[in-house]
Amino acid sequence: MSGSLLRRVRVAEVEQVANRIKRFRLVDIDNAPLSEFSGGSHISVVMHSGDRLMRNPYSLMGSPTDTSSYQISVLNCGNDSRGGSKFMHDAVSVGSELEISEPLNLFPPCKLARKHILVAGGIGITPFMSMMNELDALHCDFELHYGVRSLEEGAYCKYLQSRYGSRVNVYLQDQGQMIPLESVLGSQRLGTHMYVCGPKPMIDWALQTAELLGWPAENVHSEQFSAPPPGKPFVVKLAKSGREIEVRGHQSILEALEEHGVDAPFLCRGGACGQCETGVVSCDGFIEHNDHFLTEAERVSGKKIMICMSRIPSGSITLDL
Amino acid sequence: MTISTLKSRPTYPGLSPDHNARSNIIVCDKAGAEAVTELFSRADDTFAKRSTVIVAEGTTDQDAETLKTALAPATVGFQPSLETGIARLREFLKDAPMGLRLYAAGSEPLIGSVVQAAADYSIDHLSIRTEHRGSLKRRVQCVHCKGFTENVTTNPVTCSHCGLTLMVRDHYSRRLAAFQGVCIDAEVPGEVPETEALYQ
Repeated sequence: MSGSLLRRVRVAEVEQVANRIKRFRLVDIDNAPLSEFSGGSHISVVMHSGDRLMRNPYSLMGSPTDTSSYQISVLNCGNDSRGGSKFMHDAVSVGSELEISEPLNLFPPCKLARKHILVAGGIGITPFMSMMNELDALHCDFELHYGVRSLEEGAYCKYLQSRYGSRVNVYLQDQGQMIPLESVLGSQRLGTHMYVCGPKPMIDWALQTAELLGWPAENVHSEQFSAPPPGKPFVVKLAKSGREIEVRGHQSILEALEEHGVDAPFLCRGGACGQCETGVVSCDGFIEHNDHFLTEAERVSGKKIMICMSRIPSGSITLDL
Repeated sequence: MTISTLKSRPTYPGLSPDHNARSNIIVCDKAGAEAVTELFSRADDTFAKRSTVIVAEGTTDQDAETLKTALAPATVGFQPSLETGIARLREFLKDAPMGLRLYAAGSEPLIGSVVQAAADYSIDHLSIRTEHRGSLKRRVQCVHCKGFTENVTTNPVTCSHCGLTLMVRDHYSRRLAAFQGVCIDAEVPGEVPETEALYQ
């Protein structure tokens, strides 16, 4: 099934790059070369934490042509989240072995663009690290607008400024600095594309700002990896095999299926790519759609669910699996 | 009319105003101008003021006056042919900022030429709002000699360059702004189906 090819890696280096952000360098367990990737790609890291199996997506940050190692940055979300990032911070150190997926790119820069405006908030800087590497090598015109809470909270501010100079603009929230997006987007030549990655409110703000300035939707790109929101336990019934599987409160349907050995399709695990779209045969109550993929009409129909992100409040749901 | 099993065959959803665009450039022929008038009637008052219309087809002085009145308060420019109309469009796009929205209304060669020129300025074809009006005539490229035959209204058609009898396919090239024409009697020269006036 797609997305399930895994590679074993060893953690070669861990560095605290900001208050709550660590950088991990991963090498193949046998020191074999890793796959090349394209700017904006991510991998999924498989985590076995207690009785839980999680696969969290992290953007690759290094040079896309460097096959000796992959680098990811992880923000510790503490106890607020499901525990994947906390597991990486607390339980993973140099020498730890992990399983990762092959790189996947759902956030590539548009190669035909005449200019690229990159807008990052906090940990949302990560996909732009490899993207800038690639754009710079291709001599593409780009500029980064990077908002962080403070210099201590923001990763790679100094590094990026020294490497890319005036193309990097850092805004410090604790100094009252805001990304002047309206003036940035208001004075760009035709054929410019904008890319935004960061917290959801920031993405919404950037997309809306671009739309109100008359930017076509085709010139605007965003990526957000959201973890599946928790809820109450419920039961998934599989129409084809007749099996019944319980989904715990902090699990997604996809994770529960995997725990029970069901090979369901997936790629991004963040509700963005559409790979895990599954038919709904019947359902108690309504579906809490948490993806960014289904159209409004598809949501209302109740016939489809993205099993990596969405759930039901209680009772049972029968899937066409 | 534009329904095809071939994925490359373009579709034209119809003109709709982008009220957020700071300027609108609209390219049309005489038939397409009616769609532009309807577009303006669906939009708010300031939309036409922010719009420039390029009529890329020869018009009589009287037609031009009528069109100017119908399209007011938009700025309307008249060009004697599709070629000169596209040249004018390129001048507008050359130094234009983001926030410009492009529209095309009329025959398929007109819409295709606008999409083709816009690609040179990194405008995505999907962001161009299009509406087909008037003739179904096609621009056809002969896949054998690579020559273009303009204003094709029949299938099959004789290539205006190499003389082969071509079947006009729905296979479309955005880069060339043309449908592909393939020799229809390669097996048995002269064995040609009846000519149909499919694209009047």
